[in-house]
Amino acid sequence: MSSVELKIQRFDPERDAAPHWVNYTVPVEPMDRVLDVLTRAKELFDGSITFRRSCAHGVCGSDALMINGRNRLACKVRVEQLGKSISVAPLPGLPVIKDLVVDMDAFFGKYRSVLPFLVAEEPAGEGERHQTQEQRDRYDDTTKCILCAACTSSCPSFWAQPDYVGPAAIVNAHRFIFDSRDEAADDRLEILADEDGVWRCRTTFNCVDACPRGINITKAILEVSSAIGSRR
Amino acid sequence: MSGRYSRSGRPRPVGSRVDLYVWYAVRISSLALFVLALAHFAMTHFVYDPADQSAEWVRQMRWSSVTLRALDWGMLMAVLVHGFLGMRTVLQDYVPSRLRRVALGILYALALALFVLGTQVVLTLKIG
Repeated sequence: MSSVELKIQRFDPERDAAPHWVNYTVPVEPMDRVLDVLTRAKELFDGSITFRRSCAHGVCGSDALMINGRNRLACKVRVEQLGKSISVAPLPGLPVIKDLVVDMDAFFGKYRSVLPFLVAEEPAGEGERHQTQEQRDRYDDTTKCILCAACTSSCPSFWAQPDYVGPAAIVNAHRFIFDSRDEAADDRLEILADEDGVWRCRTTFNCVDACPRGINITKAILEVSSAIGSRR
Repeated sequence: MSGRYSRSGRPRPVGSRVDLYVWYAVRISSLALFVLALAHFAMTHFVYDPADQSAEWVRQMRWSSVTLRALDWGMLMAVLVHGFLGMRTVLQDYVPSRLRRVALGILYALALALFVLGTQVVLTLKIG
């Protein structure tokens, strides 16, 4: 078993005035992921190391962290992809609660603001609301979002103006705006049409780079912008 | 931040198309600049000899043509629109919200002053 130098940005609001880095030399297996290394450090060195985890398989989005300077899921990055030195910090731009755990309330508040649910007044008829494969393909990419916040917290527009609704909320609006079964597209477009909505996107593509699901987020944002432009 | 965005989400924005028009204006003015600035460059460096082009020459020769005068005014307007809307973006990104209204007011006043001054010069400068 070899080892890596793990550097964790730690912060305990009851003890620390500011976040600081702590180093650990952690034994690792070749196929270990960063999440495994964090868990081992917690087991071996300090049980108070705090981070979120849930499914540990890239589906729930709980363990999005800034790893070696980039936002990624700790459960999807293997140690051998990073080398002998690994730095782990909380997602940037979000308030830190403790160590690697950030406050996601504002993030989810913005998500809720775009009506992220199907709005269909008419009854579904025979059990299901049908659509063609082409209609489904129209928004297929944005159904993949797992709300990990890696995109929003990598966005310089969000860092500069935390009022910006952010890429994740726009992606989830896109998922319903272009759904043929939905009837509230106009409402969502109006919600996103102000200066803290889609127009604050500066197309820097950080979100695309950060997304662990490979969603073309900037394209989705521009499609929503175009829909706002073509709306009567 | 979390004061404004409660658990129930951010306040619903009032419907406005201002930012949509700004978005289009920035892009259209950039296309206009691409054409006008290249035309200006070609005219000042290739069509006419740069050695001849004093301020007096511009007044007497180039601005004696209404078309060239209109093209210069068009370029000035495109620069003003593109530059000031770009600055609007910078202020929206980096000026705290409590100061933003004042900063944007100063910016718009400056843009209006330059628009009036530039237009006045183009319209009223006497030829020959």
